[in-house]
Amino acid sequence: MENHWAELIVVLIKCVFSLAFVMQIVPILIWAERKVSAYIQDRRGPNRAHIMGIRAAGLVHTLVDVVKLVVKEDIIPDHVEKGFWFAAPVIAMSVALTTFTVVPWGDSLLLPISVTSLWGGTAAMEIPLQVAQINGGMLFILAIGSLGVYGVMLAGWASNNKFSLLGGLRASAQMISYELAMGLSVAAMFMLYGTARLDQIAAQQAGPIWNWGIFGVLNSPSFDPLVLIGWVVGGLAFLLFWTSVFAETNRMPFDLPEGEAELVAGYHIEYSSLRFALFFMAEYAHMIVGSAVTATLFFGGYNIPFLDGAAIRAHSDLILMVLGFGGVPVSLAFAFIAWRRSKRPFYRALAKNDIRHREPRFFISMWTMSALSALGLGVVGALGLVGGTVLGPELLAFALQTGSLFIKVLFGTFFMIWVRWTLPRFRYDQLMDLGWRAMLPTAIGTIMLAGVWVIVREAVHAV
Amino acid sequence: MTLPVQRPRSFLERLFIPEILRGLYITLQHGLHNLFHQDQPTVEYPDMRRVMPDRYKGAHRLTTRPDGKVKCVACMCCAQVCPARCITIEAGEDADEPIEKYPVQFQIDMLRCIYCGYCVEACPKDAIRMDTGIYEINSFTRQDMIHDKAYMTDLMDGKKPLAEKFYRDQPDQAPAGFDGTQDRVVSVDDSRGL
Ligand code: SF4
Ligand code: SF4
Repeated sequence: MENHWAELIVVLIKCVFSLAFVMQIVPILIWAERKVSAYIQDRRGPNRAHIMGIRAAGLVHTLVDVVKLVVKEDIIPDHVEKGFWFAAPVIAMSVALTTFTVVPWGDSLLLPISVTSLWGGTAAMEIPLQVAQINGGMLFILAIGSLGVYGVMLAGWASNNKFSLLGGLRASAQMISYELAMGLSVAAMFMLYGTARLDQIAAQQAGPIWNWGIFGVLNSPSFDPLVLIGWVVGGLAFLLFWTSVFAETNRMPFDLPEGEAELVAGYHIEYSSLRFALFFMAEYAHMIVGSAVTATLFFGGYNIPFLDGAAIRAHSDLILMVLGFGGVPVSLAFAFIAWRRSKRPFYRALAKNDIRHREPRFFISMWTMSALSALGLGVVGALGLVGGTVLGPELLAFALQTGSLFIKVLFGTFFMIWVRWTLPRFRYDQLMDLGWRAMLPTAIGTIMLAGVWVIVREAVHAV
Repeated sequence: MTLPVQRPRSFLERLFIPEILRGLYITLQHGLHNLFHQDQPTVEYPDMRRVMPDRYKGAHRLTTRPDGKVKCVACMCCAQVCPARCITIEAGEDADEPIEKYPVQFQIDMLRCIYCGYCVEACPKDAIRMDTGIYEINSFTRQDMIHDKAYMTDLMDGKKPLAEKFYRDQPDQAPAGFDGTQDRVVSVDDSRGL
């Protein structure tokens, strides 16, 4: 009986962790969206709000935004269908968060705690770093992810507003068109991996970079026809999947549901305050989950190229040393940049007693402290204090692999933001044209190629 | 009748992806340039200000004679020519023989002024000018927007936006760190052709 309790607690902790993983990136993304768009358009972006003079390049604006959204009046228009209208933002947000439960963020964590009393008989406690290990992991994502459109559709319908309704209609039409291509491209990847479990998919991509899904998962850098077909299948499936992720998250070239030029704001016109915030955060949560799934399917998931979990555990001291001693010059470089920034005409323009003069000093000391702690980390590695312990290598592997997934997710979401500020929005007929006449046939072709790949591989194995 | 325009697209263009990558490259160039150089043409306004060109028509000022009296002889030319009818002059008799008239009151309602500069051109005495370079003509009360003789004579020597005047008069409402003496006019490098 006790086993179940321990399991339950572990699962709860993992739930909280995965929730935190997604939710901590959301404010970063909101900030990045503003700052990246500003820099791409030769603007400066948010830089005025500050806490005690620390503006943190505009990060404070996100905080202020949250406060604003929380304290704003929650307007419930008379003409809305109350039940559906209340449910819509909740559906949008919870769907976005649920899909993350099957994404693995690291190898299993082997905790050498003596838990015999709690844990049936075993001495080591193995914790898979994934909330739910479902056999059809990817199918779960497809199933739950397509529920996300219900949030948008219900919001559009229940708002009793023609613009919202049009937004909802567009969302559902778009979802149907692109879900197909997405499902088919994923099917091609299933054929390559031979499994739909995301933890197994991620584990297959450990090791060198050419094991990544986008390169056709072959575990060999040779150039026989099999590898070439694998490359084509991986590349095509990635293009299709990534495009569909854009469509599913309603991001820029596909953001017809909220096309502000013709639909004001689409499905969320009638929402205000925290309900709007839920939609807003759901979009970013969708982006994060979409990037995480793409990373897991095509870019090795939590794996660091050329450094699989076993290697991290075996060489943890060396890795710590490299990270620590490498972090020192990087931190010092950032401190130097902060010092350079303090010489900008902006600071000369401020009055002598302006509180914002603190900012460069704050960042210089922060980066110096970071350099010192990196140095400490390096020393710990050099002295070999971690490799000998039982817990150290495990935690290091956990941190590095989760960090690797984190960086991949950040890059994926950055790419989405970057595309948003580059491409114009599709026209509705172009959207349908692309979905049905370009992506669907390509996806079917990819599946056929993947079939050829499977047959060829079996022939090769038979030889 | 609308004529469909046929723009022939090459195969690569119809694939979209190379063109999308080209667009991404362009936006990335802008983003990285601005990230590393921080030389966007933005003037961070309340902290930094642009210095206006010499012929910029800013707030009016009244010029003075060497003895400190205003040059204006209350001829009413400016009040006549003003298309917005926003100049109010009350003439008085000056004891000084050749001058004869002077303005007892000289008010310009800046809320109505359209900054056409006709008043400056009409003046036979070069008594009114718009060369202060002040573009922050604002205040917390409508009364303050009517610039009077004393205020416009004072504008002679400095660039003192009205808001700062308000804060000097009501120090309890001034923002933190304001002591009324700061010269917050900062020149922004004009070499980028702002
Ligand atoms: S600038 Fe034009 S509108 Fe303003 S006071 Fe002079 S004449 Fe009148
Ligand atoms: S400012 Fe010039 S034009 Fe106007 S009343 Fe005085 S002297 Fe005449």
